[in-house]
Amino acid sequence: MAWEAVIGLECHVQLKTRTKMFCGCPNRFGAEPNANVCPVCLGLPGALPRTNERALEYALRLGAALACEIAGESVFARKNYFYPDMPKNYQVSQYDRPLCVGGSLPIAVDGERHAVPLTRIHCEEDAGKSFHPERHGDRRLSRVDFNRAGVPLLELVTEPALRSPEACAAFLHALRRLVRWLGISDGDMEKGQLRCDANVSLRPAGATTLGTKTELKNLNTIKGVERGVAAEIERQRQLLAAGGRVTQATLLFDADRDRLAVMRSKEHAHDYRYFPEPDLPVLRASEARVAAVRAASPELPWAREARLRETFALPAYDAAVLTESRELSDYFEACVPSGHAKLASNWLMTEVLRVLKERDWSISDWSERVPAARFRGFLAKVAARELPGPVAKQVFSWLADEPGDAGALLERHGVKVASGEETLRPLVRAVIDEHPGPVAQVLAGEERTFGFLVGQVMKKSGGQAVPQEVQRLLREELAARARS
Amino acid sequence: MAIDRAEAARIAELARLSLSPEELDRMAIQLSNVLEFAATLDQLSLGDEPLTVFAPPEAALRKDEPDGRTLDAETAVANAPEAEGGFFLVPPVVEDLEP
Amino acid sequence: MSATATWQRPARAIAADVRAGRLAPGDAAESGFDGPGARWEHDVHATLSTDAAARSRAAAKAPKEGRLAGVPVLLKDNLCTLDHPTTCGSRILGSWRSPYDATVVRRLREAGAVIVGKGNMDEFAMGSSTEFSAFGPTRNPFDLARVPGGSSGGPAAAVAYGLVPLALGSDTGGSVRQPAAFCGVLGLKPTYGRLSRYGLVAFGSSLDQVGIFARHVGDVAEAYVVLAGADPFDASMREGPAPDVSAWDAGVAGLRFGWPSNLWKDGVDEAIVDALERAAGALERAGATRVPFEFLPGAFSVATYYLLATAEASSNLARFDGVRYGHRAAADELSALYARTRGEGFGPEVRRRILLGTYALSAGYHDQFYAKAQRARTRIAREYAEAFARCDLLLMPTTPTPPFKLGEKTDDPLAMYLSDVFTIGANLAGIPGLSVPMGLASGLPVGVQLLGPADAEPVLLRAARALEAEGRVGDIPTGYEWEFTWPGKR
Repeated sequence: MAWEAVIGLECHVQLKTRTKMFCGCPNRFGAEPNANVCPVCLGLPGALPRTNERALEYALRLGAALACEIAGESVFARKNYFYPDMPKNYQVSQYDRPLCVGGSLPIAVDGERHAVPLTRIHCEEDAGKSFHPERHGDRRLSRVDFNRAGVPLLELVTEPALRSPEACAAFLHALRRLVRWLGISDGDMEKGQLRCDANVSLRPAGATTLGTKTELKNLNTIKGVERGVAAEIERQRQLLAAGGRVTQATLLFDADRDRLAVMRSKEHAHDYRYFPEPDLPVLRASEARVAAVRAASPELPWAREARLRETFALPAYDAAVLTESRELSDYFEACVPSGHAKLASNWLMTEVLRVLKERDWSISDWSERVPAARFRGFLAKVAARELPGPVAKQVFSWLADEPGDAGALLERHGVKVASGEETLRPLVRAVIDEHPGPVAQVLAGEERTFGFLVGQVMKKSGGQAVPQEVQRLLREELAARARS
Repeated sequence: MAIDRAEAARIAELARLSLSPEELDRMAIQLSNVLEFAATLDQLSLGDEPLTVFAPPEAALRKDEPDGRTLDAETAVANAPEAEGGFFLVPPVVEDLEP
Repeated sequence: MSATATWQRPARAIAADVRAGRLAPGDAAESGFDGPGARWEHDVHATLSTDAAARSRAAAKAPKEGRLAGVPVLLKDNLCTLDHPTTCGSRILGSWRSPYDATVVRRLREAGAVIVGKGNMDEFAMGSSTEFSAFGPTRNPFDLARVPGGSSGGPAAAVAYGLVPLALGSDTGGSVRQPAAFCGVLGLKPTYGRLSRYGLVAFGSSLDQVGIFARHVGDVAEAYVVLAGADPFDASMREGPAPDVSAWDAGVAGLRFGWPSNLWKDGVDEAIVDALERAAGALERAGATRVPFEFLPGAFSVATYYLLATAEASSNLARFDGVRYGHRAAADELSALYARTRGEGFGPEVRRRILLGTYALSAGYHDQFYAKAQRARTRIAREYAEAFARCDLLLMPTTPTPPFKLGEKTDDPLAMYLSDVFTIGANLAGIPGLSVPMGLASGLPVGVQLLGPADAEPVLLRAARALEAEGRVGDIPTGYEWEFTWPGKR
């Protein structure tokens, strides 16, 4: 029996607004405990929420980018449950009437493109953080910090349209890229700026009804999502193959042990008793506001990816890497010398990205020192073969730390590039004169020895000649000798 | 609309209220009376009536700026029944995992 | 009439004298506490936290300019204050000190008022008699065996017996208007959204409003001017500027008042009906026109209210859990922490309402109770709107009876709830309501209620003024300077 995995993802995106969702406390990572709280986000008696305009703006950006239907009026609702990291023991969220419904996110899995349909996107506030219990004298207690309470979140729910762990990973990559691209979130899963729960079920391949699903939580990295989903698919598959039935459960993924643990099923499921938030008016997204957001929408990453492939004839891999970030792809387009897209792509993907990683830089850090125009100048020289391989690498290594174009840099470092007929031809002639034996071999048809001769010219030039030029001149001279 | 003790206990659990069995029984009766009275609403034909929702016409949203109300960390925990090192302290918060 | 003591004078007169330097900011406060306070506070128990040191500190800091310069004000204890504890009449807040002032409190201070302390109340504003305070009841100054009304019984009584000329309460289903009627003072519930709720501990968020108690219409107007208006910290406020109440003395010529007499055909005490007739007569003599019609009986409002208010309350009170502030029960385990803290800290009426609200919202019952009540609310609001198409204000009872005896209704929640039958509608519809004292009947205060459409405060105050100027009824003169004779029975 072939089983088909049916997976839906529930993601939370933490928005990088300056202040929290419903109060003016700083939305800041890593402060002293409980230093970023006020009566509102601490849930003090008498406190009231007020919605952050920028959070709405960011939500609309995402909804527009994902082609969602955006509600002109949506309603905040209270989700009531008790937990120590919940300052009010209810979360202000959205229920019946969310901000966005529908829409889709394009992804590519194994080269195949899919549009993952979405169910909805809505706005809500984050909870505080509670920590694992620790010894306090003869008791065990947990610490709670409310700095994170009230930070704006977007909850994004997909239809159960994903079919593999790889697709889940691709979805998260695409979502992370998008939220960074739109400037609404840093999307760092390690910092909890992007979170993901997965609902997993199996059904016989080709069936249309859904099987019982389980919920996976604590998937803290994209790899973790992939492995956790894979583990659960396998667990369910084995269970079903043995004739068992999947029971609804919540499972936590332990990344260290690569293992799923079932949460003790509660006697009664959560009854959140949703009702519209009476302290907040209807959330209005006027037509004018939505139109403005749509109009200001940048070229979206997948569109740019496609355009780079088409316009610059770049392979899919390159287009994907270059569009990892908007800044990187902007830089690429600005530094491409006409007709040499692949060259530019290679240099960016291998050399520049390597430097960024080594120095822990963003592409902006790089482009501050090596503006696109300057890099274009460098690439143009490489393309014109004015900088042979090793020399080009040397010049590149100086670009970030020193000013000047390639010529100036070479001069400063006392490196000469041997090029031009006047310089090279005498060297070629000298090598031919000094190595009659190999010359005779080449003229007799042994190509391998040609390389030896090229090498000798390079040696004579101090290794700084452009190989293609040397080869050309060598062939000319050899041909001339052959005729004589 | 009778609420029995079991139902009253279920609601008390949802509301995180500990009540003695006598209180539960008393509450059950009192709640039943009130709910019966609430059923008078059935006398109004409300089929098409929309739910009340608050919708000021151009509800102004808050600008994404500090508003001067952030407390210093000391004040934040000053009223805490138990705190240490700037954190609130509570009995263990554990995920209920099956072994 | 002997020379009036400072505590007897209207707030406006006190403020004028302080601004002119004829009175020190602390004088009126001391006059109230040294005079009637010293004689009666022990029996009436209107206040929860007040001490001479706090009063003189407040007086020292009070600006000598300002509309309410030197005016002593008592605040219902569900308004957050920096300089006094805030208990909401409950044990669950322990000895909590708010790190912030409610907006209305801040505005009072900026206007020069002297906050003298916090007033007793039914726990978390849930009650109609102040008998559900965790700290003992307040007694009606006119008959110490009777209730002052609730939930703002403390502030109402304090104004009634002269401790302060001005007090703030909160009104969710009548908790300002009903105690005002029971205590023989004016009590205004403003239009929903005209006074900021930031710092008012929430009970029924869509129903709560801070309310004003005073003995003179002009004082109510003055306080309204100071308090009303937009607050960046409250998103539920009404748009546009607050209505202008400066013409509260402009008279009622040409105004039409609705007369829904079907509402008091049965079940309303004769003394109240008599007060209504007297009020109607006074308004007509002052140039207003009576418009009789039938109105929706209040029982529907009560049913609707007790589903919606308790639903909102069950959520609003979830934050009282022993984690961040207030009382914490001994517990080794989280669920016990919550259940015991709340079970110990909340009184029976609060627990009852939390359970009711939780039930109304719970899965399977939501549509039957909460959603149905939301629809009923829309209908009720529409009924009022239709009524106001035909008149400028409504005249109706505030309460069905004069003040009842302590202990009379505490065992019968439903009976207690039904005593709100005339006040609840205004909260559901978000409209303003003003209870106006109409003298004594058998020694007990009776009041009538004026209701208007949203932002009709100016009209309500004009009508109240017409009733105020009508003159003496029995021993209690109304008007600018009045001498308070204290019947104080036990």
